[in-house]
Amino acid sequence: MSSDTQHQAPSANSLTSGPPRNVGALARRERSLAYTMLLPTFFIVLSIVIIPLAANFWISFKSVELGDLRAARPMINEQLRPKPKTDGQEVILRYRIRNSSKKEALGDLVFTDLIPEGLVIDTAGSVCAQQDQTLSCEIGDLEGGKRLDLKLPVTVQQAYLDKGVRARTSKPVSSYVTTNVLTSFDFTTANFTKVFSGEEFWNVLRVSLYYTIFGTLGALVLGLFAAQILHTAFRGRAVLRGLFLFPYVAPVIAVAFAWVLLLDAGPGGTFNAMLQRMGAVDAPINFLGQKYIEMSFLGLSFNFPMALTTVIIFESWRYFPLSFLFILARMQSISTDMYEAAEMDGATPFQQFWYLSLPQLLGILSVLFLLRFIWTFNKFDDIFLLTGGAAGTRTLTVDVYEQAFAVSNLGAGAAVAVVVFFILLTFALIFFKFSPQDDG
Amino acid sequence: MKGAGSMFGIVTWMAFGYGLVWGGLWMILSSMLLMLVSGFVLVPPVGMAALAGAVGAMVLLFADPAKRGRKATLMVAAANILSLLVLTMAQPFALPLEEGVLIQFVTLLLWAGLTTVSLLLCFDGYAAGAAKRYLIEVLIIRLLKGLALVLFTVFVALPFYVMVMTSLKSQQKLLANPLDFSIDFGQGFAPLFRSYIELFTQFHFGTFLLNSAIVSVITVVLTLAFAVPGAYAVARLRFPGQAFLSRSILLIYMVPAIVLVVPLYAVFSQLGLRNSLFGLLVVYPATTIPVALYMLQGYFRGLPSELEEAGLMDGLNRVQVIMKITLPLALPALASVSLYVFMIAWNEFLFAFMFLDNLDMFTLSRGVVSLNSSEVPRQHLMAGAVVATVPVLAIFLWFEKYLVSGLTAGSVKG
Repeated sequence: MSSDTQHQAPSANSLTSGPPRNVGALARRERSLAYTMLLPTFFIVLSIVIIPLAANFWISFKSVELGDLRAARPMINEQLRPKPKTDGQEVILRYRIRNSSKKEALGDLVFTDLIPEGLVIDTAGSVCAQQDQTLSCEIGDLEGGKRLDLKLPVTVQQAYLDKGVRARTSKPVSSYVTTNVLTSFDFTTANFTKVFSGEEFWNVLRVSLYYTIFGTLGALVLGLFAAQILHTAFRGRAVLRGLFLFPYVAPVIAVAFAWVLLLDAGPGGTFNAMLQRMGAVDAPINFLGQKYIEMSFLGLSFNFPMALTTVIIFESWRYFPLSFLFILARMQSISTDMYEAAEMDGATPFQQFWYLSLPQLLGILSVLFLLRFIWTFNKFDDIFLLTGGAAGTRTLTVDVYEQAFAVSNLGAGAAVAVVVFFILLTFALIFFKFSPQDDG
Repeated sequence: MKGAGSMFGIVTWMAFGYGLVWGGLWMILSSMLLMLVSGFVLVPPVGMAALAGAVGAMVLLFADPAKRGRKATLMVAAANILSLLVLTMAQPFALPLEEGVLIQFVTLLLWAGLTTVSLLLCFDGYAAGAAKRYLIEVLIIRLLKGLALVLFTVFVALPFYVMVMTSLKSQQKLLANPLDFSIDFGQGFAPLFRSYIELFTQFHFGTFLLNSAIVSVITVVLTLAFAVPGAYAVARLRFPGQAFLSRSILLIYMVPAIVLVVPLYAVFSQLGLRNSLFGLLVVYPATTIPVALYMLQGYFRGLPSELEEAGLMDGLNRVQVIMKITLPLALPALASVSLYVFMIAWNEFLFAFMFLDNLDMFTLSRGVVSLNSSEVPRQHLMAGAVVATVPVLAIFLWFEKYLVSGLTAGSVKG
């Protein structure tokens, strides 16, 4: 508070000689308040979005498999054989040590174990040393995937047999140094060479683009139609508007599985059964499992990408409500004067739509195209649930999953994710450069 | 009255065509309905129905447009029914009449009624003969709108219909006749809802439902707790970087989840956060905060700042102004953002699928995926889908007004 009063004078001075140039106390307080309010958000977005994004780049240059995520640690198994029965019996205390990781070495491995009373170690050997009841063994380095067997001859005394405390009850405690695959500094470009070298990648990229372009256009066109039919008031419009939003609101797992069952080619598939009963097709069509279907049109036969078309239709079905909502809101904000004037001038309905409505909707349409384009490109769950990326529907996002988790090569998955990110960045830059500035 | 020569103008030909379209379309749809309700196997006589529709259209067109009342409507419907019966030789659905007389009759009435109403609406105010381009375009638009309305409704509703009906049928019945969605109410409550009861008693769906609810509600609370101050700062306070921030918020939202999932999976695995609801509660708010912040700052900007300034003048500090003036005014926006974030969290699939391994941690999304195996019958999968859908749809319908206005007022998202 004291600093406030101190700065009152200079700001009063500056008032006499034109607008204030320095930052006043009030402005400074406002600034620090703003930063305080934004800091938590900044922190969580940084840690869950920005840093993982950077981490993704990091992982893409590493050779990491899913199994490597379990950090290397020693697995120590303790045994006393044969089972002690009499006083003075000679038995063997055996430690079997295994490195849990196949690749990573364990360094400076030392473990200590509590030896129950009444067990006397005859010779501790060169590796181990005994102090009171504590045995400590220095193993040193253990390569990835290596095992080690330690056998110590032990004499059993009556005290052990009386107490009944078994040797295994105390677990060996170990200390070691290990390098974490993720934090080490070994880099490789093998992931990227692998991604770009295969024929596969270019196919995936092409499928991704088809899916994005046609999915976006489908959702936009359907939304435009839906907005047109629900623009004029009629009884039951509110109900239909609610219904038209269902595909967007319902969980993706629910609607995706409903479509899978609806389009099933086996016995019990509703849609195929319907088509067959009506005589539209002879044999059931495997909408989601067939890559190409041969079609002939005007004597030309060509391969129609069946599964890809189906997932594009699903995408349009699921996301048209969003564009419908925005287009409808925009249409209802257009003033009716213009239409009345056009009507007076004798413009027909199609002319009114083409020359009046469409130019008015162009802004929202281009914004929707931009956003939907990027979101469709990002989409993973829809295709994953419908086809799992089979039958020519593997897009880049599904490829990330396939590489990272199905083939368990995290590095390769991250490499594909990096490609996804850069393509998106390119799209975003192009769009923001050419998009209209006054969008809604 | 026009002369006989103009009787066969463009409108007449169009009426003939419209009759064909509506008669045929409603035949396809009403026999689909007949199949789904009764389980009959039939090939709908689409061609005959189209012709019958055209006959009706002709009858309609020659009734004086100014005097079309109940009588004309009945005449058109009668013309439809009679001509269909004649054309199909008294088998309107290509089924012997003895089979389910009543339901066939009801379907026939439904077909005739829908065809008649469609034609009446299309040709309201039109008489036979020629017409100007304007009027013809109006006629074309009426047909397109009508067709689009019908097809859209079927297209949107069919998957949901199949979902609900499949969940109430047994596997054997479905395989025997996949089109038979007739519900046998005679069997009583327990057998009808068997799959639902089994989901809750044997498949832990009670736990999943609870997990989903917990995760979604906490996500909403956390998101609001972060986004409200952030949005207020971006919308109202002046500080360096304000413009940059308000523009880059939406960019964060463009980062695809699949790019985040690889590093988050790796790091959460090593930190032991992966197989826990806590892990989801870290990720979900982080992904919803940017969009919530964007929606809220748009709304805050629209509020008159004079009210807040008056509050400041009266001696409130900023925090009090936010609590006592801004938030009560922004209640509709808060409602729509909450609803929206709830929807995202409830429906989220990718992270739930990647992170959760233990049955007692599953959210509904993850739980329904676990039903997708050949060992679990289909009606269980669809019952699971219904259980996952009903709460979010119910909440959405309840608050639809808020969601729609909040989504479209100065904000966007997909």
